[in-house]
Amino acid sequence: MGHYQDLLNNLNRAALIPFFVIGDPNENLSLELVKAAIDAGADVLELGIPFSDPVADGPTIQKADIRAMEAGMTPAKAIDFIKKVTDYKPVPIGLLVYYNLIYQYGVEKFFVDFKAAGGTSVLVADLTVDDADEIAPAATAAGLETVFMVTPNTAEDRIEKIAAQTTGFIYTVSLMGITGARTGLSDQVKPLIARLKAHTDKPICVGFGISTPEHAAEVADAGADGVIIGSRIVKMIEDNLDDPKEMKTQIAGFIQEVIKTLEQ
Amino acid sequence: MKSKGRYGQFGGFYVPEVLIPALEDIEAGFDKYHKDPAFVAELDELYRTYAGRPTPLYHAKRFSEHVGYQVYVKREDLLHGGAHKVNNALGQALLAKYMGKKKLIAETGAGQHGLATAMIGALFGMETKIFMGSVDVARQNVNVHKMQLCGAEVISVSGGTCTLKDAINDALRYWTSHVEDTFYLFGTAGGPHPFPTIVRHFQSPIGTEARAQCLETVGRLPDKVVACVGGGSNAIGIFSGFLDDTEVELVGVEGGGQGLDTDHHCATLVKGSVGVLHGAQTLVLQDENGQIHETECISAGLDYPGVGPEHAHLKETGRAKYFAVSDEQVLDVFELFTRSEGIIPALESSHALAHLVSLKGTLDKDAVVVVNLSGRGDKDVSIVEQRRSATENTFSYSI
Repeated sequence: MGHYQDLLNNLNRAALIPFFVIGDPNENLSLELVKAAIDAGADVLELGIPFSDPVADGPTIQKADIRAMEAGMTPAKAIDFIKKVTDYKPVPIGLLVYYNLIYQYGVEKFFVDFKAAGGTSVLVADLTVDDADEIAPAATAAGLETVFMVTPNTAEDRIEKIAAQTTGFIYTVSLMGITGARTGLSDQVKPLIARLKAHTDKPICVGFGISTPEHAAEVADAGADGVIIGSRIVKMIEDNLDDPKEMKTQIAGFIQEVIKTLEQ
Repeated sequence: MKSKGRYGQFGGFYVPEVLIPALEDIEAGFDKYHKDPAFVAELDELYRTYAGRPTPLYHAKRFSEHVGYQVYVKREDLLHGGAHKVNNALGQALLAKYMGKKKLIAETGAGQHGLATAMIGALFGMETKIFMGSVDVARQNVNVHKMQLCGAEVISVSGGTCTLKDAINDALRYWTSHVEDTFYLFGTAGGPHPFPTIVRHFQSPIGTEARAQCLETVGRLPDKVVACVGGGSNAIGIFSGFLDDTEVELVGVEGGGQGLDTDHHCATLVKGSVGVLHGAQTLVLQDENGQIHETECISAGLDYPGVGPEHAHLKETGRAKYFAVSDEQVLDVFELFTRSEGIIPALESSHALAHLVSLKGTLDKDAVVVVNLSGRGDKDVSIVEQRRSATENTFSYSI
């Protein structure tokens, strides 16, 4: 049984998985924010390495990528960062990365280094199950779990293929589009979770557009094992760039609030 | 996806999962229609009566005298819209129509592909959105107005470097939210499979015609075929006619900007390394961490840090050779060619012409070089004026 499967089965509620861009707005503050998220009760962390051309991301995360890159974040430094996080507390860490970054680093070496830093799983935003052979064998050899995305327009036969290649969790994209906070929950997410459950018992974690405790609870009620919240949290960084203390307070408070709602 | 879309190790479809059904749809549509007799007949009719195909192959005698060998110019600049881009826009928009799509989106750098898409959007009555970097909107303002006159919405993209690469990023992002009813009319021979194959197919009349015209007027195949390369669509279009003629040397010319030893160029094939950008494994201008470089070159249409995967493959196999020329060389030949032939070449196409000048003295008088004049330079006149008045460098050639 996989690392995530153990964790998610033992939790009596859906897991909360906050997303951060590593190094946003700078390395030191980013580490403080991630530690604050852990202290506030985050079950798993989804961390992204900033990229110059993040086509799966909306404006909020694009801006975070730019902040982090301008502050000097690189893939090698991101590995060091992850080591510092897992030294602080061994929380499972899922990595979200664009392919060119690990391609230049060397895929095998990257996975070995990420695993050594305490990483758990890897999701390549712009690499689909069709090219799983370019990453999955190396990830598995390094002892990492694989995560692939499913979207509302993914056909049934692809869901089967994706589930078969997934050893971590299925990253379930709640809507047709890119990352970003939304006011309402997509009406496509519940049917998608139901379709997934008909094909697989792999853990299902839902992301993209999940912005409020109510969205999280609704997704959890529909059967999700985990809820990924990115842009809403990253926006708290953007909105408080001149007030790191407020940044931390807002993020920790929000995480506690979501977990409280998920516990009800 | 039926095919992996590979040219050697290059190509593929490195995209988020949400785009896979749309790419599968386009692959299936292209497979179904591109040889369908009704589709072919309708496209041929449009090429002939709307776009202005076939374009002539013109013997540029005064320019030939200057360089010392025989230059034949494939006049894609005479096409409707002023560039080769209409070939692909007509083909893909007709495909979209056959597939039942109602809306078109496209990215554009110089504005030529955006304009071509806007024209065909008007022709077919399809709602059209064009994504264009804000820097390009400013430097190609006339094309922006033309697109708007055709009824297209021009979306100015301010992310990243505000040029073609960012326009593609935003067009891809928009597409992920609108894949159901929207066809992404990709402008260059790059991006994820099946676009490189589709764009090459719809640009292949350039090469097919040029080959036949050369045989007819010269009586033999050319020694060289030369074209400029940004993403590489006009080059792959003309190369495609000569790929099997191994005695014909294929030459692509990139934007050397302010020099290859600076960071201010867009010579991806000459200076790039293998990477993954915009859905394709190809050559890319990037730093050691894989972050994509900003590019800079006098011609907006070449200002792109990636390149079509087939060009990367042709370079690797040695079938085609790639060079870069500087902004200064381009400005010089822009004036030289206009003065000697009365034809104003696009700054993009001027890169190919500048390479011809650099070959002066290396070829026999009877050598035949076919150059693709991919677009006309009316859009560039004010840029050239600005650059020339800034350096106070007046015409450097007299013939």
